[in-house]
Amino acid sequence: MSPWIYVAIIVVSTVASDVLQSWEMKRQGEVMDFGIGRLLRTLLSKAPLIASVVFLAISFYAFLALLQVADLSFAVPATALSLVAETVLARILLKEKVTAARWAGTALVAIGVYLLAF
Amino acid sequence: MLSKRLVRKTRWFAAIVVATNVLGNFALSWGMKHGAAFDGSPLSFVLVVFNPWVLVGIALLAGWVLSRMALLSWADLSYVIPVTSIGFVLNAIMGALFLQETISPLRWLGTFCIVGGTVLVGLTAPKTEP
Repeated sequence: MSPWIYVAIIVVSTVASDVLQSWEMKRQGEVMDFGIGRLLRTLLSKAPLIASVVFLAISFYAFLALLQVADLSFAVPATALSLVAETVLARILLKEKVTAARWAGTALVAIGVYLLAF
Repeated sequence: MLSKRLVRKTRWFAAIVVATNVLGNFALSWGMKHGAAFDGSPLSFVLVVFNPWVLVGIALLAGWVLSRMALLSWADLSYVIPVTSIGFVLNAIMGALFLQETISPLRWLGTFCIVGGTVLVGLTAPKTEP
C-alpha cells in the first residue's frame, strides 16, 4: 500500500484526537496534581478523552504500518501535515487567539514538513 | 500577563512531551527494524507488541500522552502543536545517527524551517484565553 494512504489515516485521526483532548482538558481546568493514577482516572472517565485515545490508537496502528515501508525521517514529518489543520481547528472550534507570530511560526513548520518529504 | 510559574511549568512540560515522544518513536522504529514483523494482520500486531523495544516505545509514548494531556489543560493547542514539533527535528537527527537513514539537503532545510517556526511560536504566550 502507498505510504501516503497511511499518512492520510494518521493525519485525520491525529487531528480528531488532539482537538477532542484539548477541548476536554480545558473544561477540566489546569492540572495541579501530576500523579499518574490521577491522570489515568481522568483519561478513562471522560467520553471525549476516551474517544481521543481511540483516534490515537488508530493513528498509532497506521504509524506502525508506515514505519515498515518508510524511513523514520520521512514517517514522522509526513504525519505533521496535521499541524496546519489543527491550528485552523484550534481557531474555529476551540476559539483560541492565533496571533500573527503563531500563524507565521506554524506556516514555517508546515513548510519544513513539506521539505522533509524530499 | 501570564505568571512566571505558568511559563516555567509550560517549558518543563513541553520538554517532557518532546523527550518522551522522540525516545518513544526511536524505540518503536528500532524494534520494527530489528526483529518485529508487521504485515497488517491483528495477530502480527499482537506479536509486535511483545518485542522489548516496541514495549519500551509504547511505555514512553504512554508517558507522552499523559504529559501532553496535562500540558493541554492550560496551554493552547495552537501553541503546543508547533512548539512540540521540535521533536521532528530530533527524530530526524536520531534517524541519521542511529538508524543509518539518509538526510538530504532539502530535509535539512526543512528541519531548519521547523526549528525557526518552533522558536517563533515558543515566543508567544502559551495561553491566550483569559
